[in-house]
Amino acid sequence: MTEAVVSARHARGAWAGLPDALHAEWTKLRTLASTWWLLLAAAALTVTVGAAVAATYQCSGGPAACAPAVTGADPAKISLTGVYLGQVIVALLAVLAVGGEYGTGMIRVTLAATPRRLTMLAAKMAVVTGWTLAASVAAVAGSLLTGWLILPGRGLSAANGYVVPSLANGADLRAFGGSVLYLALIALLALGVTTAVRDSAVAIGVVLGLLYLFPIVSAVIPSHTWSRHLEQVAPMTAGLYIEATAGVAALPLTPWQGLGVLALWAAGALLLGATVLRLRDA
Amino acid sequence: MSVTTPFRSELSPGRAGFGQLLHAEWTKFRTVRGWIIGLVIGLVVMAGLGLFTAGSASSSCQASGGGPVRSGAACGLGFALGPAGEPVSDSFYFVRQPLTGNGTITVRLTSMTGLLPPATPPANQPSNGPLDTRPGVEPWAKAGIIIKSSLTGGSPYAAMMVAADHGVRMQWNYTGDTPGLPGAVGPQNPRWLRLTRSGDVITGYDSADGTHWTEVGAVTLSGLPRVVQAGLFAASPVDLQSPYCSGYCNGPGGPTQATGVFDHVSAPGGAWAGGYVGAEYASGVGSYHPAGGGFSVTGSGDIAPIPPGHGGEADSAITVSEYLLGTFAGLIALGVVAALFITAEYRRSLIRVTFAASPRRGRVLAAKAVVVAAVSFVVGAVAAAFAVLAGTAITHARGYYSAPVSGATELKVIIGTGLFAAVAAAGALAVGAITRRGAAAVTIVIVALAVPVFLAISRAVPAGAGDWLLRVTPAAGISLQQAYPQYQQVASTVYTPLNGYYPLSWWAGLLVLCGWAAAALGVAAYLLRRRDA
Repeated sequence: MTEAVVSARHARGAWAGLPDALHAEWTKLRTLASTWWLLLAAAALTVTVGAAVAATYQCSGGPAACAPAVTGADPAKISLTGVYLGQVIVALLAVLAVGGEYGTGMIRVTLAATPRRLTMLAAKMAVVTGWTLAASVAAVAGSLLTGWLILPGRGLSAANGYVVPSLANGADLRAFGGSVLYLALIALLALGVTTAVRDSAVAIGVVLGLLYLFPIVSAVIPSHTWSRHLEQVAPMTAGLYIEATAGVAALPLTPWQGLGVLALWAAGALLLGATVLRLRDA
Repeated sequence: MSVTTPFRSELSPGRAGFGQLLHAEWTKFRTVRGWIIGLVIGLVVMAGLGLFTAGSASSSCQASGGGPVRSGAACGLGFALGPAGEPVSDSFYFVRQPLTGNGTITVRLTSMTGLLPPATPPANQPSNGPLDTRPGVEPWAKAGIIIKSSLTGGSPYAAMMVAADHGVRMQWNYTGDTPGLPGAVGPQNPRWLRLTRSGDVITGYDSADGTHWTEVGAVTLSGLPRVVQAGLFAASPVDLQSPYCSGYCNGPGGPTQATGVFDHVSAPGGAWAGGYVGAEYASGVGSYHPAGGGFSVTGSGDIAPIPPGHGGEADSAITVSEYLLGTFAGLIALGVVAALFITAEYRRSLIRVTFAASPRRGRVLAAKAVVVAAVSFVVGAVAAAFAVLAGTAITHARGYYSAPVSGATELKVIIGTGLFAAVAAAGALAVGAITRRGAAAVTIVIVALAVPVFLAISRAVPAGAGDWLLRVTPAAGISLQQAYPQYQQVASTVYTPLNGYYPLSWWAGLLVLCGWAAAALGVAAYLLRRRDA
């Protein structure tokens, strides 16, 4: 009887355990108080920082001084400044989803319950992505809305030549959807790195190092050629080209190519993580 | 009947001392392979990025009007080098005569006028056509008298001058600047200026009436030749507010011009000759005319240091902050290791053994802090020394120009980087003791140290907000790495954190960083005592 059940399960293929694994991961993440706090913090921090930066922006002097060609200001990018900090919490959430299990030894129980390790990883990816997307939609929509309310009063108005923001506008829609995807990809990158290094502290150090060191180095380095190349391969700099609604033609990559660079980093990290997960003992 | 004696440790009392505690913590630290690997990675990345800077520097140039594209050393510097080998502006209109041996030159300056570029860029301005200008004087436009060792750009000098909005000044050898009489110059408010050479010493005086003289300063220009050039000059730096620049300036801004009217000129004698010094670095626009028993002298350019940095006139100079661009790679690695040094004990419950062995928890924290701070100091200082020294050597070997710093400044930056790393690591340890979780501690440390720097130099937040981030957050410690002074007498667009110019002085930055670390250590010590392990 027992044997029959086991073989029947095996017969259903490699991903047969996925729904159960999804349910398990969903329950684990949902019942951690930290998950809720982190998601709330990510959204609140993103919106607050964006609102603060938008509120300090000021251009007075009419169309002559505040025209888009003079200021170079990008209202969407200003509104989304908070993403620079919100992404830290999103990354931390993803790191803890995997690293927390390694820290407590829970990973052995998880893998005993879901012996197909890639199924377990896929379930974690799905659940973390889902949570992140929910928080990101709130964070990005809140930031853009706040910016749209504040910035026209600060000189970035239609009278000075700025496009009236609206989701019917292709660039604004791209900034909105793309930023949500950006945060989800950051979570996946963090998930992959943590699966590979198996320690929360080291993983968050590596992820934040990857995000913030590239732009510091590319800004300071004296060679313009290298600076541009570094911007093109930097996960954060390239990934955030998706926020641009002005001066898109001057970017070293198109917005979607930039997001593609981040997707490659995330895919690389996940591939590395999956390989380590399969090869090593837990 | 048996007598029970209470247990007495057979170890000598010294074994319970702080030295033993330090030894225990040092042993724990050095025997964890992962931490040593982390330190080595941090050191190698930080030092390696300095070499990458030096090795990747490239510049190319082409003569105006075509010709082959040249690169690197073949381009020349595009600026003169001062007595200490530093980049300087040395271009001005000079009405001069030779001065043999000791002597004095005295003038009265009665007016200073000038021209500024238009406030908005003109449409279709021909690149070599006549300048479209408006009247006005650049705030740091200069007119006065100068004694200069030769006509070579960058040669030593001492000068007495009126700066349009900054009163009388005595300036010498590009970086020296002492204020004299304040106030603007005009026909009702003339300024008398005097320079006296006596051997290698040049003394400057000013006066409002030509009778009552005040000494402004006396400077020694060592190695001054017997025959020097003395005379009248006018110079006016580019206007950085102007969006307009058409072939007359190297860096940002638009060209300006200043005219000084002199009378009561008293010099040893000899024929006057007018000419432009350093014409290859500026417009070369200048002239002099006899006017009412004196001269009217018109010139552009500046006699001043050029602060090195991106987008400035000395853009091609490679700077110390560029060699140190890997600092935050090192700091992140050190922060992770320092946080893990205590959080790993909590995770493995080793902390209970530690506290059983040394019940005084504050001392354990202190011992751990001393160990991580000492290790981090060594890593930071060694990496910085390697990055700066080897980076400079590679830059020179490739034929590029490295903006020089004195040995003392070099030492200050290297020790400063070590201190930055040491205090930051002690703070990271404290945060680890507070959170007891590695991931949370590392996140807080990186957000406190690296994110403010990123926000400030990438212009992700407005420049004013970025400066405040570098004043109040622990990232203020980066002020320890500032290698070049910000001259108040030189207006420049390069004084930004991106170029290694920070809003706090090194000691104020260190104080802010230490304040944060001390606060974190205090909270950690309190919580360690209050909480169960």
